[in-house]
Formats: sequence, C-alpha cells, structure tokens
Amino acid sequence: METDDNALAMAAGDGDRVAFAALIDRHYDRIFRFAWRLTGAADQAEDLTQDVSILLGRRIRQFRGDAKFTTWLYQITLNAARDAGRRNATRGKAMDRYAEDLDRSMAEDRERVAGAEWLQSALGTLRDDWRETAALVVGEGLTQAEAGEALGISEGTVAWRMTEIRKALTALAEAEARI
Amino acid sequence: MTDDPLKRLEDAMAAPPSPRRKSAAAEAAMRAFDEEFSETTQGSTDAPRPTSQTTKLRSWIMTTLSPTRLRGALLGGASVAALSLGLFVVFQANEPHYFNLYSEEKIAPQNLQAELAPAQGLTAAQIERAENALRSKNVTALRVPPKTADAGPMVRMSDGSLVKLSESRNASNEAIAPPAAPATSFLVDREIAQKPEARDRYANADANPVKLVSEAPVSTFSIDVDTAAMSIVRQSIMAGALPPAEAVRTEELINYFPYDYPAPTDGAPFRTTATVMDAPWAEGRKLVHIGIRGALPDAPVRSNFTFLIDTSGSMQGQQRLPLLIASLRLLLNDLGPEDSIAIVTYAGSAGTVLEPTKVADKSKILNALDRLAAGGGTAGAAGIAEAYRLATNSFDEDATNRVILATDGDFNIGASSSAALEKLITDRRESGVYLSVLGFGRGNLNDELMQTLAQTGNGQAAYIDTLAEARKVLVEERSALHPIANDVKIQVEFNPAAVKDYRLIGYETRALNREDFNNDKVDAGEIGAGHRVTAIYEVTPVGGPARIDDLRYQPATTEGDAAELGFLRLRYKSPGASESQLIETPIANETASPDVETRFAVAMAGFGELLRGSQHLGAWDWDNAIQLANGAKGEDRFGYRAEAVELMRLADAIEQD
Repeated sequence: METDDNALAMAAGDGDRVAFAALIDRHYDRIFRFAWRLTGAADQAEDLTQDVSILLGRRIRQFRGDAKFTTWLYQITLNAARDAGRRNATRGKAMDRYAEDLDRSMAEDRERVAGAEWLQSALGTLRDDWRETAALVVGEGLTQAEAGEALGISEGTVAWRMTEIRKALTALAEAEARI
Repeated sequence: MTDDPLKRLEDAMAAPPSPRRKSAAAEAAMRAFDEEFSETTQGSTDAPRPTSQTTKLRSWIMTTLSPTRLRGALLGGASVAALSLGLFVVFQANEPHYFNLYSEEKIAPQNLQAELAPAQGLTAAQIERAENALRSKNVTALRVPPKTADAGPMVRMSDGSLVKLSESRNASNEAIAPPAAPATSFLVDREIAQKPEARDRYANADANPVKLVSEAPVSTFSIDVDTAAMSIVRQSIMAGALPPAEAVRTEELINYFPYDYPAPTDGAPFRTTATVMDAPWAEGRKLVHIGIRGALPDAPVRSNFTFLIDTSGSMQGQQRLPLLIASLRLLLNDLGPEDSIAIVTYAGSAGTVLEPTKVADKSKILNALDRLAAGGGTAGAAGIAEAYRLATNSFDEDATNRVILATDGDFNIGASSSAALEKLITDRRESGVYLSVLGFGRGNLNDELMQTLAQTGNGQAAYIDTLAEARKVLVEERSALHPIANDVKIQVEFNPAAVKDYRLIGYETRALNREDFNNDKVDAGEIGAGHRVTAIYEVTPVGGPARIDDLRYQPATTEGDAAELGFLRLRYKSPGASESQLIETPIANETASPDVETRFAVAMAGFGELLRGSQHLGAWDWDNAIQLANGAKGEDRFGYRAEAVELMRLADAIEQD
C-alpha cells in the first residue's frame, strides 16, 4: 500500500520517525535529480541534497499540507540552493568540482559526460533565476503554473523566462556552431 | 546537434548521474529529525553533539595554528556542529596532520589507511585526492566520519528495504543517539576562490566622454574619497582574474594612496594645487592634475563610533565576520581610553550588543566582540535606525560621531525600498552623525548599495579584504574619519583660448550639473582630516591633435589670453555649516615636469584606464604603466605603492594569459 506524500509528511510532522524515514527514502532521488539540474554538477548536487535532507528533518513540522508536498520540497531545495550559491558557489569552483566529476565518471559513460559538459556550460550562461525555472519546467516537467507556484512567481513570468531561456540557448548553439 | 535548444536542454537534464551518498544524507536527515523532536520531548536522550573532546582538540589547534585562519575554520563549521566527528585533518604548512577525534591521538600517515579504510572504505587514492582537493582550495581542516560499525541503529533504505526502528515516537527516541553517529565527509571551511562573480553588483557609469570646450567649458563633480574599488581590483587580480570593467572606479584607484601634497597653512581646511604636464599616453595632449590635501587637527579628536555589524548567515567564512572582528581588535588597540564604541548587530532582528562604552573598559568591548557569531537573516533598515539612535543618544560634540556599517552587502532592506533607506539616512545625517560602510567578503557584494549608503550618509565606503587593509582604513588613516569639510564640489572652467577639448578621468558616478555647484542643497562628498583627493583631466591644447572636428557653421573661438589654462573653483561647507565657502585657484598654462607624487597618481589613472579598456591610451600599455609607477614609488612607508606595481605586473600577465 502506498501512502500518499502529504499523509506521510503530516505524520512525520507529528514526530513519526518511520514516516519521515520513508519520506526521505522516497524523495531523495528526486531532490538529487533536481539539485543536479540546478547545478549541473553531481558533487554539488550531493552536497545540496544532503543539506535539503537535514533541512527536511528540521522543518517537517512546518509542513501544513495545504500545498502539494513536492511543491514544498522544490521550494526548500530552491532556497537551499540559493543559500549554498551565496555561501560558496563561484564559477571557478563549480568548474573545479566539475573537473573532478568528469574525471571520476569518464570511464562510466563518455556520452553522458559530454552531455553533462554541455549542460554545465549551458547552465553557466543562464541567470540564476532562469536556471531554476529551466530545471523545474524542462528538467522536472512541471507545468508553467506549477513552476510558478514553486518559485513564488506568476505563470506569465515563467512563460516569459522560458522564452528568454530559449533565446539564450539558441545564441549559445549559434556560438558553438561558429567554433 | 539538436535543432530545438530546449529539447537539447531537456535531453541533457534527462540523464542525471546516480546519487552516491543517499544513505549518509538519510542518516543526517534522521539525526536532524530526532534532534528537532527530542528538543521538545521530555525525557528523551540528547542527540549527538560535539563533545568536550572536540573542544579540547579545538584548543590544541588554536594554540598551534594561526588564530585568524582557524577562527574562520571553526566558525564555518559551527552550522554543522551537530554532526559528530571521527577524524580531524589539519593542514599546517601545507602538510596534513591527522587526529582521532575520540582519543585525540595523532595518527601517523602510514597508519592512516589502516585507520580510515574500515571506517569509510576510503582507499589511499581517495584520501590523496581529498588532500589534494583541500590543498588546492586552501581549506584548513577536514572532518572524516568515524566507523560506521559503531554507529548503532541506522536507517538503511537505499536497497529498498525499510528498517523498522519503532512504532511509536517515544520508543524511537530511545533508539537513537548512537555514541558516534556517522556523517559524510565535509569540509569545515571553504575559502572560496575570490573571483569576480555574477552576484557582485557594482556602481559605475560609462567613461566620461571627451567634451569640446567651445560647447561645454565647465566641468563639475563631487569629490570621492572612497577606496573600495581599489580593494576589489586587488582581490580580483590576486585571485588570477582581471576585475570586471564596471568594478573599476578610476578615481578610487588614485585616491587609495596617500600623496605627499603640500599641506594647508594658516588654518585653512585644505590646500589645492594644480599641475599641468604632458600626457604620457598621448603625444600633444596634457594632463591637468588637481591635488587636494586636508588639514590635520592639532590635537587628536575623540572618536565615538557605533558599529552596525551584519551577523547574518552570509557573514560566515574567514573573509567576513572573523576578519571584521580581527579588524575591530586592531582598532581597539589603537584607540584612546576616552574614545567610545557601541555595537549593534542585525541578523533576523536588530539588537544592541554593546551600549556606548569607553575604550578604557576594554575587556567589556572584547567580550562583546567574542560573542559575535553569524547566523540568521538580515534586517538592515531596522539595524541602521537602531545604530543612529545609539549614536545620537551618545552624541559627543567634541568627537567624531560615526556609524560604521560592516556588511558583505547581502543587505536585506526589509520592506523598505532602497529609496526609503536613503531617505532614512538623509534624515539622520542632519544630526551630525556620519556613516561609513566597510565591505567584507566577495560573492554577493552589493557595491552599488554600499556606495549609495555611504554617499547618502556623508561617509565613505571601503572594502576590507585583508587585515592589512583594515589597518590602513581603521588605524593608519583613521584621522580621515574625522570630517573637516562637507559637500566638497569641484568646478573647472576651461579657457577656450588654451584648451580645445577635455575629459575627466574617473568620477563618473560623481558628476554634478553645472548649476549644482552653487546650490548648497545638493549633497556631495566629504573630506576627512589629512585626506588626499586627486582629480586628473586629459586635455587637448588649442592646436593639438583635436579629437572632434570643428563645426562648419559655428567656428570655435580661440581668441583671447591663453595665460591661464582654466579656473578651478572649489566649494565646501565646514562641519555643521549650511552655507558653503568658495576657494578659487587659477590653473596656469605652464607645463611642468611632474613630481613623484603626481607621477604616481598619473600611473594609477593609467592603471584604471587600462583595466577599463580605455580607447584613449594609444600604444601605452602595461609596461609603460609599470615603468611610470615603479619610478614614482617615493617614500612608500607602508609599501602600498610597491603593491600596486606588483598588481600591474600580475594584471599584465593575466591579460597575456
């Protein structure tokens, strides 16, 4: 039997340890995936996911069940990513970590690494708030309305950002073509 | 290549790597959960916390390592202190030393493998990799988790199996709190590479254009005694990157240095000198160098400083709060017993940490400093209001009354807009309390807001990136915090018989309208005791290589007496006065060979021009700048000029890179 996310989260918020453990187990991969889509680097995504996991432990009590659990989860992850970005992300550092990552996963999957490399540079060209929008809409497959809710902005703003993102990526593709 | 760029992004995002640290994160989450719920549950066991052993080890490290480095390291770790530790790696002279946190014993490197492998399954290669990563990132210490075998009951579900720990909440609390819960490896402190970053926001404008004297004979601007841009430039270059052009405010690069300009006499607040010299970078053009030097008071003036300290979470890290505290200690040691200090912090809510206290009671101030810790959000506007309140209440007529805001610029101004904040400061500055802004840390530095706040608050903005810089601002040049002239404006009228065109180097953000000069309501920059201010114009003399063609229908008149190149007017208000006074100095049309001080100022102007990618330098390059600066170091008591030459060399190397 599959208990739904909101029920599980409400139970965890009441101090049910097993429910919380199940919640983390169920959503860890989702958080990691989203974190990776935000950062483009596995190492940073691991750090971020751990931060979010700990935050969930501290804040689960605050979950009221009036929004979808996943929306709440995206919000926590976005905030944690912004904090982490403020704390320590520099382009240079991201590239360092990326170099480590690349090195590690080289043997695993060359093709995927090439994709990751492109993703890194593509994300690097996007403004932070666009990157968040792209990760939610393109990566997580949220509707523009859902993404707007998670980001706390209007659906129209999401739509506008997606247009801008498309433009930026087109420009990047053109720049690549010239090389 | 896929045609639709969004499709390509989707494809790239569709294949995430598989997570590797799920169990560790889940464990950490469970601990956080347990802590959260144990704090409010009666009779529960305490969640694992740093033990006295941690404290002992810390004290050992404290005595062994440089305190400044370490304070930052431990501070950085404070937020994750709830995770327990197994092994501490400390880098000393770039050599790693390993300690078992539980026995406090040092582990010999050759035994490291044996001790660590069972703990985390770390291989020698992985350990080496971690060490190298740490070295390259200049990290001070690394914690490594203890053996998982001792960790007690755990939640392991990565394989799909759910370990049922308990049915009820109370039972679960008994089950937790293993003596040494495992944590994943994490870095205690991450001293980030200080590269210019997209989040930094700078205040600057496009370079001043060349203006025709026939069309715009008058140039008006406010003086600028800030030095923040110089520190930002230095930090960028030291990190191996040229600063973004908009971070370079050339006048601040020039004014960073103390120049030995002629001192004022006869009780005048300052003295102005103007020198005309050949432009080193353009044949046929001249530079007009205007140097101002403020008077020093006969006796030291008491200081009444209210520090408004940003202790929000973003102030963590060695470059921020620990550096600030170290800077304040320096200042404290240099102040006299009658000077007074108050401290207001703002993080979440604004609060007074230290009521105005005479420096004679040093231990009380030191205690307050020791209690400062970073954490929480920022309530900037409330903090400013509180700091002004304290400063006004303890206003000392015979002292310099100044609020000094120390922040990393991640300055949440709450519900109020930037304009509302400006208004708040404008209202408060009438009380005679000045505002200075000290910037710390890079990454989200809001240089723009710093500039606005300091300019509005009749103050100055400096950026503190090293303890040496703190010493320069708070100790060597502290007298400059004592204002001797307010709203200092400069107006130069060029003589069309002598000058064809001109451009002002720097001061882009300080431009004033011509009519503002005589309007005492218009705010401008302040000069402190002993301050040196320099402004440099590049001019084309009549008959020189004109940059703008003459008009066909309105031929420029070049008739008249060319004995004077221009006329310098300077307006200022004495502190407390509302009416300005005027000083007038004619600029003789005589080319002099510049002295050492002038040459160095010109070299710094060239430095700024090179960094901004100026179009006016022709073939003049880094080598020329280095040569000019190197030959004009003068006495250079504190080595500032030597450092600038070094920065030029580095910039040259970076650009060629």
